[in-house]
Amino acid sequence: MNAATGETVSVLALLAVLAWAVIRPRGWPEAVAAGPAAVILIAAGAIRVGDAGAEARRLGPVIGFLIAILVLAHLCDDDGLFRACGAWMARSAGGRPRRLLVLVFVAAAVTTAVLSLDTTVVLLTPVVFATAARLDVRPRPYVYACTHLANSASLLLPVSNLTNLLAFTASGLGFGRFAALMALPWLAVIGVEYAVFGRFFGSDLGPRRQARSQAGARAGAGDGGLPVFTVTVLVLTLAGFVVTSAAGLSPAWAALAGAAVLAGRALARKRTTPQSLLRAADLPFGVFVLGLGIVVAAVVQNGLGTALRPLLPAGTSLPALLAIAALAAALANVCNNLPAVLVLLPLAAASGAGAVLAVLLGVNIGPNLTYTGSLATLLWRRTLRSHGEAPNLGEFTRLGLLTVPAGLVLAVLALWAGLRVMGG
Amino acid sequence: MDAALSLAPAEARFTLLHVTSPAAADAAHGAYRGLLGRGGPDPGDQLERLAQASAADLMEAAARRLGRPSDRLEIDDYAERAVVAASAGADLLIVARDGDRSRLGPKSLGKTTRFVVDHAACPVLLVWPEAPPDVGTIPPPPHHPHHGGR
Repeated sequence: MNAATGETVSVLALLAVLAWAVIRPRGWPEAVAAGPAAVILIAAGAIRVGDAGAEARRLGPVIGFLIAILVLAHLCDDDGLFRACGAWMARSAGGRPRRLLVLVFVAAAVTTAVLSLDTTVVLLTPVVFATAARLDVRPRPYVYACTHLANSASLLLPVSNLTNLLAFTASGLGFGRFAALMALPWLAVIGVEYAVFGRFFGSDLGPRRQARSQAGARAGAGDGGLPVFTVTVLVLTLAGFVVTSAAGLSPAWAALAGAAVLAGRALARKRTTPQSLLRAADLPFGVFVLGLGIVVAAVVQNGLGTALRPLLPAGTSLPALLAIAALAAALANVCNNLPAVLVLLPLAAASGAGAVLAVLLGVNIGPNLTYTGSLATLLWRRTLRSHGEAPNLGEFTRLGLLTVPAGLVLAVLALWAGLRVMGG
Repeated sequence: MDAALSLAPAEARFTLLHVTSPAAADAAHGAYRGLLGRGGPDPGDQLERLAQASAADLMEAAARRLGRPSDRLEIDDYAERAVVAASAGADLLIVARDGDRSRLGPKSLGKTTRFVVDHAACPVLLVWPEAPPDVGTIPPPPHHPHHGGR
């Protein structure tokens, strides 16, 4: 198969995989399309078996790492970590909506950084909503904060986002160094988000003096003590990431160990079942990422890589980093951040760790621009929702326009400064 | 609620209106869909259930406080237009003020309440949701009186 035909077939396969993810026929998982699409491309010769194998060997450990984190987060939820977090927020916030916003920012930023954005979206957001409802304050600013920070606060650690895990291996950085370089951008973006949210939702955040809020806060004080054992395991796991990485091992082993300890304890106490753990591991998602990775590799090898290379500036000067981050953000909004990072990583890796981290700033912060960062989601929003007009789409986009460009520029500046001080 | 009781004639009929905006649940649905390929439960569904429970609690508390027969109207939609539509045929719409409730002063109307006041098809009564703060909490006069402050 020549390159032009290969590229056409590969792009069609990618579009089919993404379209399936948007439409989700009969609610079947995305893996149902991505797996066969990869197999077809290999069979048709659009990607060589050796190249597909190399891609699978690269992605396998990353997917294993992610699965360990997902299971770890699920077990933390079982042990009441997020309930305890909700009770803590209710207690400390009392009837003060603005203080609750600060607490939600802290909870969402830390949860995203340590247990990945999936955990914030799936496990923390409902707790935050319930906390706001219990305190009798409007839940919208807090839920929006969770959805925004799930993306923008996922910069700090390799485990915070699947995009980071993919980039982590490509960057050649150690766990500690990755975190050190990303700490300043992470704080800068959270600062921008907080400043914008405080103004944007000003009228929802005025202090109130209602009896119900106080009662809600008191009611919150009763349930959900902090699960000390679980938190200890989490802290040790975090330390394990740094230690294993410094010792030249994959930090995935630390995640696996942490998940194994919590799973063993939960199984021994009959508080979970193997089936429940298997569900939390979300194996179809692993198949989806593997399939998508092979499809994207075919698209890149058959021509997209050559086409994009001139667009991606070389080096890690400030203008270069800004351009890389902007391109990554744009691509993440056109398709989704997962395909975007798969496409850009091989190109950016040639320019070194700084360029790889700039790609991450783009694909992680960028998605807040268009609702949840993909044309796919926009399409879904338009076609499936029966509410007719959707005022909150406009609101969400305004919020994105206020936070994303400012956050992106400040984060790139912070990264650039960090690279100057610490060296790339 | 207290305002309604003190102002309404004895034979007045009350309708308790609660609007659950789908905005928060929609955001959660969207964020979940943005996590391309993930399985597991959609947190947006959970938010919808929580919102329903919370709305029912609030309605119940309001009805108890009112202590008189009342109709209940629960709407799942964006609040602005839902409230305006419900105001048609009413003699009086009572809404609570927004903003900082620890002192007198702006902004008493948030975006949603502003829309309702602008478009309502009946007279609107704006009340403090609890006893208003002391009159001494009014902010000092602005520096540029001609511009009327912020």
